[in-house]
Formats: sequence, C-alpha cells, structure tokens
Amino acid sequence: MKDAFGAPQSLLVLGGTSEIGLATARRLIARRTRAVRLAGRPSPALERAAAELRELGADVRTVAFDALDSGSHEEVLGKLFAEGDIDMVLLAFGILGDQARDEEEPLSAVRVAQTNYTGAVSAGLVCAGALQAQGHGSLVVLSSVAGERARRADFIYGSSKAGLDAFAQGLGDALHGTGVHVMVVRPGFVRSRMTAGREEAPLATTPGAVADAIVTGLRRRSETVWVPGALRVVMSALRHVPRPLFRRLPVR
Amino acid sequence: MGFLWLYGHFMSVDTVSMTGWGRTAPTTALRFRPRTYEEAAVAVRGRGPRGVVARGLGRAHGDAAQNAGGSVVDMTALDRIRSVDAVTGTVVCDAGVSLHHLMEVVLPLGWFLPVTPATRHVTVGGAIGSDVHGRNHLTAGSFARHVRALELLTAEGEVRTVLPGTDLFDATAGGLGLTGVILSATLVLRPVATSLMSVATERAAGLDEAMARLTATADGAPYAAARIDLLARGRATGRAVLTRGEHAPLDALPAHARRMPLAFRPLQLPAAPAFLPEGLLGRTSAALLNELRHRAAPAARTGELRKISAFFHSMDALPHWNRVYGRGGFVQYQFTVGDRHGETLYRIVRRLSVRRCPAVHAVLKRFGEGGTGWLSFPAPGWTLSFGLPAGLPGLARLLDGLDEEVAAADGRVCLAKDARLRPDVLAAMYPRLHAFRALHQELDPGGAFRSDLSRRLAL
Repeated sequence: MKDAFGAPQSLLVLGGTSEIGLATARRLIARRTRAVRLAGRPSPALERAAAELRELGADVRTVAFDALDSGSHEEVLGKLFAEGDIDMVLLAFGILGDQARDEEEPLSAVRVAQTNYTGAVSAGLVCAGALQAQGHGSLVVLSSVAGERARRADFIYGSSKAGLDAFAQGLGDALHGTGVHVMVVRPGFVRSRMTAGREEAPLATTPGAVADAIVTGLRRRSETVWVPGALRVVMSALRHVPRPLFRRLPVR
Repeated sequence: MGFLWLYGHFMSVDTVSMTGWGRTAPTTALRFRPRTYEEAAVAVRGRGPRGVVARGLGRAHGDAAQNAGGSVVDMTALDRIRSVDAVTGTVVCDAGVSLHHLMEVVLPLGWFLPVTPATRHVTVGGAIGSDVHGRNHLTAGSFARHVRALELLTAEGEVRTVLPGTDLFDATAGGLGLTGVILSATLVLRPVATSLMSVATERAAGLDEAMARLTATADGAPYAAARIDLLARGRATGRAVLTRGEHAPLDALPAHARRMPLAFRPLQLPAAPAFLPEGLLGRTSAALLNELRHRAAPAARTGELRKISAFFHSMDALPHWNRVYGRGGFVQYQFTVGDRHGETLYRIVRRLSVRRCPAVHAVLKRFGEGGTGWLSFPAPGWTLSFGLPAGLPGLARLLDGLDEEVAAADGRVCLAKDARLRPDVLAAMYPRLHAFRALHQELDPGGAFRSDLSRRLAL
C-alpha cells in the first residue's frame, strides 16, 4: 500500500534498465519500497541493475518482458499481479531511434513506434486493469516534451510519444474514481545513455531530477509532471508558435 | 449510488473512493450500507477475494477503514439505540450509533460517556475498534474499559457475543476492525448533574512547566490536557495552555442555566468550503494563530463554565474542518512514551520546534494504566499528538526519525491515526502484536477482514 506521502511498498518498472526507472527505484527504496520487479529483455545489464538495487535492501526480481511482443503482456504481467499487490507501475521503456536512418528505413521507424506506443498501449492497458482490480495504485508513464509538438529533428520519436501521451491522459481520465492514479511525466532533454552523443537542448535535465519529480508527483497525486517545471510554460508558448516560424527555430 | 438485490436483501451498494480524515492515500472499494444485522452478514459473506472491513464516520486519520479493491461495510445506517437503563446507566446500542447521538439521548437523563475523544462524530464500533481515549485517561482508561459486552460478526457471517476478559475481546478492543464487524455493544455510562464543565485554565511558559503542572493534576479535576505551541522557540519551547475540567455540579450553575441543567446544544458553524488552497496553514499563519491563542489564554483562571461540546469537541463546531489543509490533506501523529522517557518527549518537541513545523493543534496529555486490548494504543506516561500538512517538505523523513526515537523509548504510535508507519518498527511498539497475529490467523485464516492499514503494516 502507498502511505500518506504516496510512497509505494512495491514497484514494477517496465523497462528495467531505464536510467530514470532505476533512479526512481533508488529513491523509493530509501522510503518505503521493499519489493521491486524489473521487467525487461533478459540481459546482463538488467541483472546488474537488479543487483545494485538489492544492495539497497530491497527484494528485487527480474522479469522477462518484451515491449514489442504485445501478445505476451497479459500473461507476463498478469502473473506478476497475481503474486501480490503492486502499488506503482513505472512505464519507462522506450527507444529514441535514429531520425536520419529511420527516415530512410521505414521498418526501423515502425520499430520506434511499436516500442514507444503500441507496446506501451498493451502493457498500459494490462496494468490498468490489474490496478483497477486491486482498487489502488499509480501508473506512471514516461512521456516526453518531444510529444508536445512535432519537430523536424525527431518527429518519429516525437510522434510515438505524442500517441503515448494522449493514450495516458485518456487512460487517466478513464480510471478517475477507480482508485488508480495515472501520472504523465514529460521530461525535456535528459542526459543519459539514450541521449549520449547528442547535442544538448536548453533546459536539459538528469535522470535523478526526473526521479525526484516523480516522487513529488506521487505525493501530490499529480496528473502531469514537467521536468524541469519551467518546461510547462516554455512548451505552452511553443505550442502556439506559427509553423513557418517554428520550422526556423533553432531548437533541436 | 445503486441498490443491489443480494440473497433476498435490498441493500445500498456503490463503488466509491475513500480516505481517512487526513484525506491522504485514497483507494476505491465496494461500499455496502446495511440497515440490519442480517444485511451486514450478507455483505460480509458476499465479500470478494480482497476481504471486507467495517467503516464508521471516517474519523480515523489514516487508512484503517479503507479496503482497496475489496468491500467496506458502512455501519452508519445501523444506528439504533436498543435500550437505555436510566437507573444503572447502561446502554445497549448498534455499532453505527455515533457518540453525538448517544449524548443527545443520555445527557438529558443525567448520564455521560465515560470516555470521549476529541470528536463526538465517531461511531461506537469505531470507538471500540480504535479503543479511543480522552483527557481523563489517567482515571477512566480507554473506551473499551467501559464496554460490558459486544456482538461480533465473524467471517462466516455468524454473530458471537464477546465478553471482557476473553482473548477475542482483547483482540477486538483496539483491533482496528480486523477480528470482525462489531454489530452492537453494551456500555456503562457515568452520571453527571449538568451538561456544563467547570474549567480551569493556566499558562505554562515552557515544556518543563507544562509537564510539571500536568503531573500535579491530583486536585480532583479528572480531565486535563495541555495545548502545546510547537512553533515557540528558545526558552519558550513547548510553552502551553493547560485546561482542566470537571463536570460542574448543579449549584455551580447560574440561576438561568439551572432551569435546563442537562441541555445539549452544541455550536454548529457552516461547513468549511470544499476547495481551499493548500498551504493555508503554513508556518506564518500557524505561528500567528498559536501566538494569538497563547496570549488570549488567561494566565490563570478557575471556575469558568463551558458547554460539554465546547470543552471536549471544540473542532466539531466546524464541520469538515479537515478541508482547511487543502487537497493535499494532513498527517496526524500521536505517540506515547513512559514517564522514564520524558527526555524523549523533550527531544521530539525540540526537533519539531527547530524544524518550525506548522502544527496548530498539538496536545499533550497524561496516560494512566493501559487497556487490555492487544493493539490498544494508550500506555502509561506521556502522549503528544499533532497534525501537519502532508505536503510539508521532508515530513516523511522527519516522522520516520520520530518513530525510531519513540520505539527506542519503548513508546508507540497510535495506529488509528497512522497513515505512514514503517511496518518493521511495529513489533517493537506493540509487544502483544504476536498474540494478535496468532489469534487473527486462527480465527480468520482466509484473511476475510482486511484493510489498507492491515496490508500496509502486514498485520
């Protein structure tokens, strides 16, 4: 159960090697979290992540989970929920892709869309159903500012996040009053493995800062969290910039 | 809201999101509202795999009367007073009867509840399940001490009569509804001549003085408490306003009040608005409020007459006062430490004062002999309670730190008010926890009676 400050006792991270996911898990273990399930494709990195969290004193297990294999989600996640309540699900998987290559190779672009959107839709719906049955819990969805307005530089990734964002918002409304809380997290440029080697955008942030914002959002039962918070204002302004002008903006 | 035809009973059922009085951690459950014992039994037998728990007027601050994804039996429609013996002062009533309603009925007959918490809007069942205490714990003990018998609905839907002195009674008194659904209770009342209190007020300049004066309460006034100003710093740390009271005898009343000495007319203000901004009770406003109240209190005054409602339940005058904390809600913390550990109390008050915690209603009291309930909160010594906005930065960690100090001093935290305790410190605080768990396991192996609190603390 979550306590009065929204700190969960059990956590499921979908995308178990996600840096934001692990930073969040570390913070939550320091509070109330005792059971952590890291779901992801089996890999040494996933086991390393689990070992690291175990050292913090949590009961950590890895679960084989593939975002692209939507058909298996119901079984894999259903089994996890059958073992006991999961107070918080962090939907953290996603790939950035390579915009230039993806434009050349439609199939690799589809892979980005399938991971970030289709996979998240099926995993999100399975988790939402299970959380609804237990009458409580938070589903935290990692979206991105890239989904707020499509940009030349990363519209394939951006469009997949736009779809995910809209899906998560709608799901949050659908689950309103069921005891399940859906939180959409929209970080800006996050300095991490995923963005290594890319030119940094303004208002860049870190996985730790995103994790802090998630913990605060849990306490406040926020529905939308921007990281850093200033992005809310920046993006609401950018949203209304006319397209001829927007195309020429140096923002990448 | 809907009605459900269940095994021949037409009962109100709806799916609602519920919180405790602190308005934190909402969860959703199927809420049944039985009007008869049979309907209550139907609700318990018809529970789903996530169990069932009884709920009264929702005054427990934390998650004791919530059951995420399961059933919650709202007992407030079971509100009949079965019999009142005005000669011996015995009352038999349903568990859903509120203490407010009881007072309305028994006060004009010259009787009063032997123990009343700081609100009268709790049900009899809730008062037993939380084994509530009042300002007269030193002499009167907690609520369950005055229960002569109760009827308990078990997981199978059977009704058992439970008498004091049995294990089941001790597990049920303060048992947070986890042994079954209390259906009715037989209570003994205390006689009173009037419905007014004769109140003595005095100020204490610091915690030392407040504690010394509270300890010296041997002059016959059975009710005593000190409201501590947790925002006062330096030498004034822990300054307090002490109030003691006793039921006023008839001859203490002025002539006009003597005509209706047992009148019960509580003050009722309009309810607090539903949407108030968070942070209304921040540091500045809390400090200002505390300062004003401290200065407004007389340095020493005796013989002031106050209504029972004003003396015991001042907050009840403002319905929904918990909304004052805004959408984020608040966390109530109450602990007790033994007399030998007065130093712990000092340290905690100092910590809260240094942190400038905006507590507007911190109350220090003395506890006498503890009750027989295995999870009953009161234990001999000191008890301090206060509420803080849940959004206060660093509050989670601060309270975790206090838990450790309290546990190290053989003290405990009140579970009926709790919404955030760490499960691993529970056994240190409640030494009879293993007995409770053993009996619970034996009576209810399938875990029929469960709440968010029992899940959170693995009770």
